[in-house]
Amino acid sequence: MDAAVFIVSAVIVLSGAFGVLLARNPIHAALFLVQSVFGVAVLFLLLEATFLAAVQVIVYAGAIVILFLFVIMLLGVDRAEDLDIEPIAGQRPLAIVIGAGILGTTLSALLVAVGGPTGAPTANAPLGDAGDNAQRLGEALFTDYVFAVELTALLLTVAVVGAVVLVRRLGGPLQPLPVVAVATEPRGADDDTVGEPDPDPDQEGDA
Amino acid sequence: MEVTVAWYLTLGAVLFTLGAVGLLVRRNPLVMFMCIELMLNAVNLTFVSLGDELGDLGGQLSVFFVLVVAAAEVVIGLGIIVAIMRRRSGATADDLSVLRG
Repeated sequence: MDAAVFIVSAVIVLSGAFGVLLARNPIHAALFLVQSVFGVAVLFLLLEATFLAAVQVIVYAGAIVILFLFVIMLLGVDRAEDLDIEPIAGQRPLAIVIGAGILGTTLSALLVAVGGPTGAPTANAPLGDAGDNAQRLGEALFTDYVFAVELTALLLTVAVVGAVVLVRRLGGPLQPLPVVAVATEPRGADDDTVGEPDPDPDQEGDA
Repeated sequence: MEVTVAWYLTLGAVLFTLGAVGLLVRRNPLVMFMCIELMLNAVNLTFVSLGDELGDLGGQLSVFFVLVVAAAEVVIGLGIIVAIMRRRSGATADDLSVLRG
């Protein structure tokens, strides 16, 4: 039974991954990513990591992929990409060679590690059964790992502030940086040096 | 037929490789991002399966933090992509080789 579930979900995961790799349209790639993520969630259930299975579906399928889809729709980049163009000569064969190298290295490292995992189980965070998984995770997170939890809170705050700063719409034409804006030269002369990227933010609608 | 930890590790390695190859091959920055998510998923799967093998909760705790970092990374990365696409629409990763101000 376990083997059947594993094989079915492994097929789902891998076909989703191939879909992300080969889909011409970014929206299709995002939907294939959802498929792959759901397969991984089923595997988490099989490993009795019930809380993580739920979080996987909520965070990945519910938040991250939706964010991807929002950006695709917002930017209007859902045109099909011509996959036949190979901008750097020999890029794809080289990528496949590198991929084979990564696969060989990780497989040998991981499968050698199965023979004798070098880590010792921690004394204060044993793995429970599926029923009290969320409770054990919460207890460990808010006792032994509370400092790391605080750090992730800080990280998320920084991410939110950074995202707001990145996509903030400046009023009027783009201003030069405050340091540059010292009155050494008039504003118009400064604009000429900007070059190819169009400094006029009003033209972003013609995507 | 017993599902051993080696099955999960093999699947994780294959998934990671697919993500890495996709990151190298694709040119659309959004799809490259999705390939990074695939690689993170592969690592999460490895964490959980090894934690299950060792009878340790640490694997699942690591996955929790990986999820948080992945969420923050997606937010910042998509913000950067939106900022780039506003300047030049339809940019691929190759078009961004000229990184002047």
